Amino acid sequence: MDGQSTPTLELRDVSKSFGAVVALRDAQLTMYPGSIHALVGENGAGKSTLVKIMAGLYARDTGTFQMEGKPVEFRTTAEAKAAGVAVIYQEPTLFPDLSVTENVFMGRQPVGRFGRIDRAAMRAEVVELMTRLGVAIDPDRPAEGLSIADQQIIEIAKAISLDAKALIMDEPTAALSGVEVERLFAVARSLRDEGRALLFISHRFDEVFALCDTVTVMRDGSYVSTTPIADTDVASIVRMMVGRDVTELFPKVAAEIGRPLLEVTGLTQPGVFQDISFQVHSGEIVALAGLVGAGRSEVARAIFGVDPYQTGTVTIDGKALPAGKPSASMKQGLALVPEDRRKQGLVIDATVASNITDAIRGTLTRGGLITTGAENAAARVWARQLEVKTASLDAVVGTLSGGNQQKVVLAKWLAANPKVLIIDEPTRGIDVGTKSEVHRRMSELAGMGLAILMISSELPEVLGMADRVLVMREGHLTAAIDRASATAENVMFAATHSGEEVQ
Amino acid sequence: MSAVSATTERVSLGSRLWSLLSSRETGIFLALLLVVVATTVRNPAFLFSPDGWRDMLLTPSIVAVVAIGQAVVIITRSVDLSVGSIVGLTAYLVGTLFVAMPGFPVPLMFAVGIAFGALLGLVNGALIAFGKVPAMVITLGTLYAFRGINVAWTGSNRINASDMPDDFLALGTQQILTIPVLTILAMAILVVVGWYMANTRGGREFYAIGSDPDAAELYGLAKTKRVLVAFVASGAASGLGGVLFAARYGTINSQVGDGFELQAIGAAVIGGVAIVGGSGTVLGAVLGAYLLLTINRALPVLGIPDFWQRAVVGALIIGAIILDRVLANRQAKRLLAERVSA
Repeated sequence: MDGQSTPTLELRDVSKSFGAVVALRDAQLTMYPGSIHALVGENGAGKSTLVKIMAGLYARDTGTFQMEGKPVEFRTTAEAKAAGVAVIYQEPTLFPDLSVTENVFMGRQPVGRFGRIDRAAMRAEVVELMTRLGVAIDPDRPAEGLSIADQQIIEIAKAISLDAKALIMDEPTAALSGVEVERLFAVARSLRDEGRALLFISHRFDEVFALCDTVTVMRDGSYVSTTPIADTDVASIVRMMVGRDVTELFPKVAAEIGRPLLEVTGLTQPGVFQDISFQVHSGEIVALAGLVGAGRSEVARAIFGVDPYQTGTVTIDGKALPAGKPSASMKQGLALVPEDRRKQGLVIDATVASNITDAIRGTLTRGGLITTGAENAAARVWARQLEVKTASLDAVVGTLSGGNQQKVVLAKWLAANPKVLIIDEPTRGIDVGTKSEVHRRMSELAGMGLAILMISSELPEVLGMADRVLVMREGHLTAAIDRASATAENVMFAATHSGEEVQ
Repeated sequence: MSAVSATTERVSLGSRLWSLLSSRETGIFLALLLVVVATTVRNPAFLFSPDGWRDMLLTPSIVAVVAIGQAVVIITRSVDLSVGSIVGLTAYLVGTLFVAMPGFPVPLMFAVGIAFGALLGLVNGALIAFGKVPAMVITLGTLYAFRGINVAWTGSNRINASDMPDDFLALGTQQILTIPVLTILAMAILVVVGWYMANTRGGREFYAIGSDPDAAELYGLAKTKRVLVAFVASGAASGLGGVLFAARYGTINSQVGDGFELQAIGAAVIGGVAIVGGSGTVLGAVLGAYLLLTINRALPVLGIPDFWQRAVVGALIIGAIILDRVLANRQAKRLLAERVSA
């Protein structure tokens, strides 16, 4: 890369921690003018943190940050923008009540006498920008109701009118249709030809190869490599993305696989997931892998009955579940441990005991009343079984550690004596020590004859825990891989590649 | 929303006329006209007696001034519940100063009242902007706190018209070309604030912050500063309201301005200032104040029992909110349809 012109933007050895969690270790990124640079990595590899540092939302802990050879220090997004860094997020944030024109110019409107905004000049420039970008968006309409693609175009128009030197696109194509992606790419190429530096973050390798000229790979908050696109291929990029030792970190104890307890057939909700069919047997842990946004949590929520689905059936132990009725699902022995346990899985300000007995409260009442004694007695069984570390059952859940909170959620559902457990990101935000404990518990539960469906974005967890790995990509099941043949590469490939299925 | 839709400088006269006619402000104005006409038919003195004409313009002007400040706050997605207490405290300060210094120049008294109101608004704004506490909670607190200070200070005392200079009190009833001076003052403030909100960066940033606070953050707008300014403006408007109250009524006890907060918020909401922020105009809020208080005066004339009058006001507010919702849904559908056909 040496010998080229001065990089538009250059980050060296950048690190960033949030409390004890290290989000970035030694990130490197160099963007050159007239180039489209791809940034790839698994979820949690640190891409978003890096973007936020460039956008002025986060301050880096260490390392250097230069623009056109000069060191820069952004404390606010306004400073980053003024220096010429524009970020286009996956879901743009516009002002819905204000017109397209106002959205493009907010905060830097041209003003005349007495600070009067020059609306005519603003409008004329937006009309010109829209013509140049080749799109027909009425500059006077409010931003409300615009498609994601159009909103991104407005963000790009904003960047151009700012004369941004570096344009960062954070998964811009995730919510776009094919035609819209083509339009975005055409715009991106024309911006590149104007000599701007573009950064393109995507999980879709076909897009990366179609659009970009250089690719930087990140893994676990660290820089892995930067290669010209011409010198690499999908397989080697995937290898670099996942290239860590996937040892038996998370051993699942082999359990007797029994009859199918959860059967999902042809589950479809247009635009969200299509034709999802699979079985989970007694004693089995099935992982549902894929990237964030592939539709995994949505499938889980639909099975449980929180979200609707249009066609398809769900049966628990042979009995059909009615759609859209979580209470019926619970009664038939289905439990869902949601991803965001603080919001959806726990009453964070209530005690450990009352949280654990949340799902079985109806059975504890005597004459319509619940005594703390009855609650504690019921809770104690499961708190002990899962070894929840808490000073007392009266402690407020919010004061526990992440791992122990997760155990409380588990205890809550186990108290209801389920047959099938769906658990979404079981160890997100949990430290390594507690992680393996949660895994041991899950393994034990499978041994007790539960059928467990585990949604996970962490490959080692998927490979270590699952008897079978189902992979989803953009609403479709793209692969079903047995424990023996599952590798980081083939799971990642199925999660990212639109080519034929991997078996 | 004429000021918002007036973003279009070069659109045809026809569509401009249409947006003027279909605007919320026009609707409120027509409703106001309807109330006035209906009541005047019943009792011509409602409009055609000299007092009737004067009262119609004069009575709502104090609430209108307070509602202008309130509208700015609501547009930034906040609410100021303490305005009534600020009106009361300022009015009493004005009276007390006149008692202590009978020769206090009147224009300076206006400046003192506005500055004092702004100071109380600054207390609200600082707590909300720096403490990151919801405005509802803070201003509910200061509603009681300011009123409490007022009661402690005033006790059962009362300031009468005879304690204040004649030229000050004359302002409360004086008319220029039959238009009350207070009304002219309120209109002047409406023009200045309305122009500011529609045509300056600062004004548009209020709308932006109210429309989507997170986006405002990403745009790098000075959110803290704007929220602070909005509450200072609301406080200053309420301070002016207090001075106007003293001039208009001449009698000041510890309960002046009680309930103004609900009238001001009601006026803004009826006038099309969305309670969730981001849309509406101060003109709408002023028209809302006129509609609200004119209905209050019209109901007895129309022979509607006392008991029902508050219910009518309530129905008006709920009706306005439902109307907002329906219009917003229709707009959202229309915008979606435009996009699909485009």
